[in-house]
Amino acid sequence: MTVPVLSGSVVADLVLPDDETVVRRRYRATFLVLALVLAIAPFVAYPVFLMQVLCFALFGLSFNMLLGYGGLLSFGHAAFFGLASYVGAYAAKYGGLAPELAIVLGALSSAILGSIFGAIAIRRQGIYFAMITLALAQLLYFVSVQTPELTGGENGIQGVPRGKLFGLLDLADDRMLYAVVAGIFLAGLLFVYRIVRSPFGQICKAIRDNEPRAISLGYRTRHYKVLLFTLSAALAGLAGATKAIVFQLASLTDVHWSTSGEVVLITLVGGLGTMLGPIVGALVIVSMQNYLANFGAWTTVVQGAIFIVCVSLLRGGIVGLVQKWTGRAL
Amino acid sequence: MQLSRRAFGATAIAGAVSLAAGRSRAAADKVKIGVLTDMSGSLSAVLGTGSVDGTRMAVEDFGGSAAGMPVEVVFADHQNKADVGSAIARRWLDQDGVDVITDLGNSAVAIASQSIVKEKNKIIIISGASSSDLTGKFCNPNSFHWGYDTYMFSAGLASELTLQGGNTWFFLTADYAFGHALETDATRKVEELGGKVLGRARYPINTLDMASLLLQAQTSGAKVIGLVASGDDLERFIKQGNEFGIWRKQKAAAFGLQLYNVMSIGVESMQGIVHNSIFYWDRDDKSRDFGRRFWKRNSKPPSEAHAIAYSAATQYLKAVRAAGTKDTATLLKVMHELPVDDLVTPGGKVRVDGRLIRPTWLLEVKPKDQIKEGWDAFSVVREIPGEKAFRPLSESACPLVKL
Repeated sequence: MTVPVLSGSVVADLVLPDDETVVRRRYRATFLVLALVLAIAPFVAYPVFLMQVLCFALFGLSFNMLLGYGGLLSFGHAAFFGLASYVGAYAAKYGGLAPELAIVLGALSSAILGSIFGAIAIRRQGIYFAMITLALAQLLYFVSVQTPELTGGENGIQGVPRGKLFGLLDLADDRMLYAVVAGIFLAGLLFVYRIVRSPFGQICKAIRDNEPRAISLGYRTRHYKVLLFTLSAALAGLAGATKAIVFQLASLTDVHWSTSGEVVLITLVGGLGTMLGPIVGALVIVSMQNYLANFGAWTTVVQGAIFIVCVSLLRGGIVGLVQKWTGRAL
Repeated sequence: MQLSRRAFGATAIAGAVSLAAGRSRAAADKVKIGVLTDMSGSLSAVLGTGSVDGTRMAVEDFGGSAAGMPVEVVFADHQNKADVGSAIARRWLDQDGVDVITDLGNSAVAIASQSIVKEKNKIIIISGASSSDLTGKFCNPNSFHWGYDTYMFSAGLASELTLQGGNTWFFLTADYAFGHALETDATRKVEELGGKVLGRARYPINTLDMASLLLQAQTSGAKVIGLVASGDDLERFIKQGNEFGIWRKQKAAAFGLQLYNVMSIGVESMQGIVHNSIFYWDRDDKSRDFGRRFWKRNSKPPSEAHAIAYSAATQYLKAVRAAGTKDTATLLKVMHELPVDDLVTPGGKVRVDGRLIRPTWLLEVKPKDQIKEGWDAFSVVREIPGEKAFRPLSESACPLVKL
């Protein structure tokens, strides 16, 4: 698999209206609609499928925050997704931790790993950065293979209890769990929105577009990059640990490089540098995995074809195209 | 603008509601077999569409219905991802009215599906995955293991070759949990029978150059070289070992070898290599009947797992016919009581931990001039009775055994 090297020009930037309050109001409306859709969704579609979409959408958001707004292409994001998945599963199963604590612990461990990986990887740029993240993630993969007493090897950690949220809400019920996952997802989305639109996010975008200039303005760009990387890793971890509770398992797939590829796919198909892109991307990719599964070998072929169409025809992804039509940032 | 947005919202909700209303509920008077398999990954040749067709053949042999209920086969590709596999399994059981899940292949998917099936109180018959933990620590009352497992691969072959005089061994082992488990089981059998393990070397899966490993094994002077490998790695060991002329002096014990591996390596470089197998199509009249029918439909004979998928579906349908109902508790009881006897499985019996106890065969690759049809690559050395081929209950970690 070749790694697409992305420069700022591919990122779907829009000329935004000057009036900040208008933009803010529009985003608020978009999020409200999204929340409404999430509320209706479990009555229409299968909740477990939706939870899978939401976990991967959250994972996509974390990746998009890093690449779309920081210009950093990590090809090792599976490490953070997978580590949190293992930590969360282990804590819930063997540590007897409540699900919310297991998820937080998973996200924290990924944040720590992210700060280490980030500090090493940001010393290089572009394709070298991507390769270093891939190499570090592969290290974690082999550690996971070699420590079956912790990770369960090929079997994974299975039968993770879903438990009771805050000791009250029984998550064994799919609908209840869905509500929790949707809540986590919305919190993640608002977090990304807040980060991206904060002064910190603005500086990250400036670094993305022209790093020497940001340095010349007196910013310590490395600090910003490591912090963005850590935040992204934490969010990927949140997604991974939530997934472990939803599916009651953590497996080698979570840390495998193909999962890193999948999140690239999700983000590019949905729309890089857009708020809703990863959500649409996750919906498309996870639907294909689930509902094309009875086309046999064609699943991966169709996935590949859609990826090619998206990168060659829809450079801004699906949401990028919608943005162009409607003329508003999504 | 406002109006159109409201109109859009209303349309979306209306659409959603109509979708929800239109969603079909599972018909209660239908038997549904779900084949959850690998159709695009490394196991897609030995499982995949062949397992689906094996299952269809079983349904056709029942005339398409059991106990007056039409039987339907659905299938899906789990893409070797445990989360995708378990999402599909859940959807099948919750929404699509699937009664029994078969095949599986990937052990992480298999274990995840086992617990889902127990939670939803349906039935799972694993015919494709090979971890012996499936009826060990992961066993549950709703789960059956129909196919080969790692214990059967290792113990049967190791004891047989040691008894035949191969009393010194060298292991080349895939460096992951199954590799280690298999090596441990095999080592114990060899040592129990007075053999000796001279050494072992471990390699990461997907190693391309086996030369240094093979030379270590060669210089050890061991009579038998245990190849704890599967798929491409196993094929590379055999091919490259052949280049060194190793197999002329030392015997290869190919754990996990399957007919399709032999065909892809080519029989000429494999003469005399032995393995313990659960199915070989050209073994007796019944297996040939199944094998040739499958061959005609799929332009190649069945793999081991394809045949086992047939056997698993057959037993399930027999149980439905005998019980006259789809009620899970009744079916589980009948599945355990009914002796297993079909074209693929002669004289089998289901054990309390869900393990199907059945004979296996020690097979040897024939010399090239004795091969007539291309795919008749093996001769049967001898039959290993089920009690010897599989892990005895006394060594089982299955919690059901202690009850």
